[in-house]
Amino acid sequence: MSFDEMTGQPGSGEVRESYRALARWLDESPPDLLEARARQAEFFFRRMGITFALYGEHNTSERLIPFDIVPRILSAREWRMMEAGLVQRVHALNLFLADIYGAQECIRAGIIPADIVLTNPYFRPEMTGWRPPGDIWVHIAGIDLVRTGEDAFYVLEDNARTPSGVSYMLENREMMMRLFPDLFSEHRVRPVDTYTDLLLQTLKDAAPASAAREPCVVVLTPGPYNSAYYEHSFLADKLGVELVEGSDLYVDNAQVFMRTTQGPCKVDVIYRRVDDDFLDPLTFNPDSALGVPGLMLAYQAGHVTLANAVGTGVADDKAVYTYMPEIIRFFTGEDPILHNVPTWRCREPDALKEVLSRLDELVVKEVGGSGGYGMLVGPAATQEEIEIFRRKLIADPAAFIAQPTLQLSTAPTLCGTQLAGRHVDLRPFVLTGPQGARATPGGLTRVALKEGSLVVNSSQGGGTKDTWVLDA
Amino acid sequence: MLARSADNLFWVGRYVERADFIARILEASLRLSVVPSREDNADQVWRSALDSSGAGALFDASGRTLDELAVREFLAFNSENPSSICNCIIRARTNARAVRTALTVELWEGINGAWNALEDQGRPARRAEFAEFLSWVKSVTVAVEGAASRSMLRNDAYWFLRLGAAIERADNTARLLDVKYHLLLPEDEPVGGQLDYYQWTTLLRQVSALTAYRWVYRDSVKPWLVADLLVLNRQMPRSLASCQGAIVDALERLAADYGRRGPAQRLAAARLGQLESASINAIFQSGLHEFIEEFLAANNQLGQAITEQYLS
Repeated sequence: MSFDEMTGQPGSGEVRESYRALARWLDESPPDLLEARARQAEFFFRRMGITFALYGEHNTSERLIPFDIVPRILSAREWRMMEAGLVQRVHALNLFLADIYGAQECIRAGIIPADIVLTNPYFRPEMTGWRPPGDIWVHIAGIDLVRTGEDAFYVLEDNARTPSGVSYMLENREMMMRLFPDLFSEHRVRPVDTYTDLLLQTLKDAAPASAAREPCVVVLTPGPYNSAYYEHSFLADKLGVELVEGSDLYVDNAQVFMRTTQGPCKVDVIYRRVDDDFLDPLTFNPDSALGVPGLMLAYQAGHVTLANAVGTGVADDKAVYTYMPEIIRFFTGEDPILHNVPTWRCREPDALKEVLSRLDELVVKEVGGSGGYGMLVGPAATQEEIEIFRRKLIADPAAFIAQPTLQLSTAPTLCGTQLAGRHVDLRPFVLTGPQGARATPGGLTRVALKEGSLVVNSSQGGGTKDTWVLDA
Repeated sequence: MLARSADNLFWVGRYVERADFIARILEASLRLSVVPSREDNADQVWRSALDSSGAGALFDASGRTLDELAVREFLAFNSENPSSICNCIIRARTNARAVRTALTVELWEGINGAWNALEDQGRPARRAEFAEFLSWVKSVTVAVEGAASRSMLRNDAYWFLRLGAAIERADNTARLLDVKYHLLLPEDEPVGGQLDYYQWTTLLRQVSALTAYRWVYRDSVKPWLVADLLVLNRQMPRSLASCQGAIVDALERLAADYGRRGPAQRLAAARLGQLESASINAIFQSGLHEFIEEFLAANNQLGQAITEQYLS
C-alpha cells in the first residue's frame, strides 16, 4: 500500500497535520464547487495558450498539461530536510563537474570509473581545463524526488542540463490564488514567485568579468516548435529579457551580438534552453540550424556565459547518478541527506543477472533517456515488452540501469467528480550563484492521473499540481 | 527590440489585414456573380477575384478548373495557397506566438481565439453559410484591430504592427482598383451602363464605402469619383493616400523612438508628397491602370526598404 500525503495510510481515518485545514475545507465545500473550479482553470489555461507540444504527434500538436486543483502540501519540517538535501546535492554536482573538467581527482581516487565519465556521450572534452565564472557549471537544476513513506524521500534523477517545468510551478500558483483565495488565507504558504527575481540575479551574477555593469541577458530557445516553447517565452517575459533564436545571434570577433531594430547589441549571458549538441554547428552537430556559428569560440574566450555551462549533461546521466552518494561524500565530506533509489548498474555482470531474472518487477531505464521515453515499468508491462527489453539489455547492458518499482506516495486528486489518491513526484528547482545553492520552496508536483499508474511525465499523460510549503 | 520580433509583428499586421481583404473580395464577388448579364460574366468575376487577390498564377498552376466553388475554396480554405484566409489566420497566429510576450493579453487572445475557432467554422460550401464565414473573418479582424488599439503601449511593437497593416492595406486597395481593369467590359455595353454600375458599386461595397461615397460626393456613382475616393481622398481610410499617410505616421514614430530616420522614412514621405499633389484628372489622363501598377511597385520597394532598415 502506498503512503498517502493526506492520510498517511489510506483508510486509516487519520489526517496528517499539514493537511488538516485542507481536509476540513474539502469536507465543507459543496460537491460541485471543485468541478466548477477545475473547468474554470482549464478554460483559463487554454485561453492563455499555456500549452506544450508532443513529439511525434501530427495534428493536435499543442496540448494542455492537465492541472489538478487539489494542492500537494509539505510541512515546514519536511521542506527543511529536503532543502538541506537539495543544496548539498547541487553543490556536490557543481564540484563534481569542476573536478572532471579539471583535476579529475574523483576518478583518481576511484570514486567513479574513468570510462563512465570520459566515454560518456555528454562529456565534452572541449571543456577540459576550462573554468566558468565563479566555477558554477549548473546554475539551474531540477531534482526529481519521490516519497515512499513518512520520512522516506529519494532522488529519482538529477536534471542538470535544461530542466523544464518551472513555468508550471509559477502558473499553477497564480491559478490557485485566483481560484481559492480563501484557502490561502487559512494557510501560510511560502511564496514561489521569488524564483524569477532570483533567476535574473543568478544570470546577471554569472556574467563574464568583461561584461557591462548592467549585463545583457537573453533566453535562447530552439523556437516555437519546441515542446517547452511556452516556458521559454514565459521566462523571458518574467525576466524582462529578449527571447532569442539562434538566427537572432551572431558572433563577431569572439563576441556575441543580437540583431535588433536598432542594430547589433552585445550579449553577455545566455540562458540557453538548447542542448549542447545544437549550440554551435561549427563545434557540435553541423546540421543544427538552431545554434549560433562561432558561439563556442566566444564562450571559451570568456566573452559570454552560457547557463547552464556546456558539458553538464554528464552530471545528470543515469549511470553517473548511481555514484552520486559517493560523489557527495567525496566532495562535501558529509553523508547524503537525500538518498538515491537503490539502483542496479547493468554494466556489472552480477547486477545484470539479477535484473534479467526480475524484469517483471523492476523499472529499467536507458541511461541516456529522459521524459519517460525508453523505459520499462515491469509490473505494468506486457510479456512482449519485457522480452524486447530483455534483448536490449543483453545486447548493451551498460546502456541501462534498473530500480525497484517504488510505491510512490499518493495525493488526493480530483478525478471526475470524486477525490482519489494518485501517485505523485516532486521536482524542486535549485539556483546556484556566488552565494551558493538556493531552492525555491516547493516545486512542480507531477501526478499520474491514471489510477495506479506510476508514470508522471507530461508526455505520458501526467498532470501537475500546485505545491505548498507551509511556513510554520 | 529583436529584428525578428519586429518582423513577426509586421507580419501579424499584414496577415490579419490580408484575411480581411480576401474576405471582402469574396463577399463582393459573391454579389457580383449573381448580377444578370452575359453567360460568361460569372467566370470573369471569379477570375478577377483570383487576380486581385494575387493568387491567380498559383491557382492556374494548380491545374484547377475555374469556377465559383473552386475559387472560393482556393481563396478561403486552401492550404496550398499561402494567402488563403485560413492560412492568413494560421500565419498571423504563428507570428503572434513567436512574439507572445510583446503582445497584450487582449491582442493575443483575439488572435489565438480566432485560430482556436477556425476549426469550428468548418468549410461551408453553400452560399449563405459561406457568407457567414466571411462575416466571421471580418469580425475577427475588427476584434484584433480593436484589441491592439485599445490595449497596446504606443511603442515600437505597436508601430511595427500598424506599419504591416498599413502596407498591406495600401497594397490591397491598389489591387482592388485593378479589378476594374481586369474585368473587360462587354463591347456592346455602353460605358456607364447597367453592368458598369454594378461593378463600381460592388467595388465601393468591398471597402465598405458605398454610403461614404454618397456622403462625400452627393452624386450618382461615377467611375472617376470612385477612383478619387479610393486613391486620393484622405477622409477615406482605405484610400491609397490615407494608407500612405498611415505608413508615414508609423515610420516617423519609429524614427522618433529610435532617434534616427532612414531610407524607409524618406521613400515613404516622398510618395505621400506625390499623392498629396496629384489630381484625379491628371491621373486619368496619364492612365489609372499605369498609376496603380506604379503604386504597387513603389509600395513593394518601400516594403523592402523597411525590411533592410529594421527587420533583418
